Amino acid sequence: MTVRTAFRGCVSVRKLLSQRAFASAASSQPLQRTALYDLHVKNGGKMVEFAGWDMPVQYSGLGVLASHMWTREKASLFDVSHMLQTRWVGKDRTKFIESLVVADVQALPVGSSTLSLFTNENGGIIDDTVINKQDDKGLYVVSNAGCAEKDLAHIRSHLQTFQNKGGDVDVQILDDVSLVALQGPSAAKVVSGLAGIDLRDFGFMTARHMNIKEIDVYISRCGYTGEDGFEISVPHKDVVKLTELFLDHPDVELAGLGARDSLRLEAGLCLYGHDLDDTVTPVEGGLTWTIGKRRREEGGFLGAEKIIPQIGKAVPRRRVGLVVEGAPAREGAEILNADGETIGKVTSGCPSPVLKKNIAMGLVKNGFHKQGTELQVKVRNRLQKATITKMPFVAQQYYRG
Amino acid sequence: MFRRALTSTSILSRAVAPARSVQRTAGILSLRGYATRKYTPEHEWVSVDGQGVGTIGITDYAAKALGDVVFVEIPTVGTAIEAKEQVSAVESVKAASDVYAPISGEVVEVNDALGNEPSLINSSPFDKGWIAKIKISDKGQLNALMDEAAYADHIKE
Repeated sequence: MTVRTAFRGCVSVRKLLSQRAFASAASSQPLQRTALYDLHVKNGGKMVEFAGWDMPVQYSGLGVLASHMWTREKASLFDVSHMLQTRWVGKDRTKFIESLVVADVQALPVGSSTLSLFTNENGGIIDDTVINKQDDKGLYVVSNAGCAEKDLAHIRSHLQTFQNKGGDVDVQILDDVSLVALQGPSAAKVVSGLAGIDLRDFGFMTARHMNIKEIDVYISRCGYTGEDGFEISVPHKDVVKLTELFLDHPDVELAGLGARDSLRLEAGLCLYGHDLDDTVTPVEGGLTWTIGKRRREEGGFLGAEKIIPQIGKAVPRRRVGLVVEGAPAREGAEILNADGETIGKVTSGCPSPVLKKNIAMGLVKNGFHKQGTELQVKVRNRLQKATITKMPFVAQQYYRG
Repeated sequence: MFRRALTSTSILSRAVAPARSVQRTAGILSLRGYATRKYTPEHEWVSVDGQGVGTIGITDYAAKALGDVVFVEIPTVGTAIEAKEQVSAVESVKAASDVYAPISGEVVEVNDALGNEPSLINSSPFDKGWIAKIKISDKGQLNALMDEAAYADHIKE
């Protein structure tokens, strides 16, 4: 028996069970551990290698399926400390970051956040990221663990050029803070109860400083599950206490990377390195909406001359959602049209715990991306019916005031 | 952590000796003279009856590692299959797993119940969660498989 998962390539079940196998597969370097490592192990976390980190894929208490449903019905606490947190300062910070991302950062109100994309000269996506205008002195930026090295190298090289030209900007890596995500319909009541404050005026995609039981945190109302919830940046020294405070609430359980992946897929959210990569442009990736109006007119980000002309035009391929009959189609499965011609491939796929159908994301040739288009996917050499379906697959429950 | 959990007594004892099913198998065996359950290193099992038909499935250990099974691809009756060839696939939310035939032969029966209730793989991996029955073409292949004790050692490693 051989197991394929989103977290590695293809190994035997035995290797799936041995955390050392993950380590050796990735690199000879020791895996990094978050400040919550001991808490994960104590709570039965099955630790796996993910982007050079030793992270829990699930916990012994709840399987992936149960953990997924728990998040949709109550709330789950995810350790996402492996993600890269940075603060961008200096009076030219907005100008600098806008040279690297597609967002209109200038127009972002203080406290607000936006999803954005780092692009390369060819118009491909280097990484997706959330940019928050933290205060009148700096930006708080979170990007993917798997892209951390690449992002930093990219940022550093452009930073140097920018500084050499007299630009006033610096990018600080926030390596003294952990990041945890509390996600699910109970999240607001849990945070509100602990902090003793009303969160009704705390809008989706905004962030603020907060004191939770004498722990100072920087908390954003956002997430990666499609549920209402928060991502909380907290000093390493306080993260265990904060996590335990959350876990004391009967509605909160720990959740790992397994549930995080199926939750984000149901919510139609991209996973970089799978649904997006440095060859996919923002328009192909269905992320044109992240390109600010002013940015479309002015350009000024890497690859703008490739990306802007694609807007509203036929691009070679499109990211789409699919509902697949029969066996679940996983990453790499071929997508064919009704005539049996290959027109794309699946980039993520799993059985949807909520819908009890197989869902997938994929890139397909332009013209086959319209909702309702009947296609086929090849799973273990069998053709199965697949239908282009609007995303999110499961309605997002973001807080809208 | 997970490694520790898997070698814990409770899990091993379930994987190795589900008391009731062993007793029942023993009862059948005493009538037919001989039969046994054998294992592959990749966590498939085969249990052979007196007619040379092997029932195959995946072990408790594998089912536990996969988590909640939500889909089982069942082979077609009449298919000729070689040992170590893919005969089935088992899917959980997080992973797809290929299941290989422990022995060569022809698929003579499949467990259609898995279509409606794939979770039988988790709840009853050695009994109600069987996947297919194969008319064994070369009984000699069974000698290459592990017995109960060898498999117990294997998953302890």
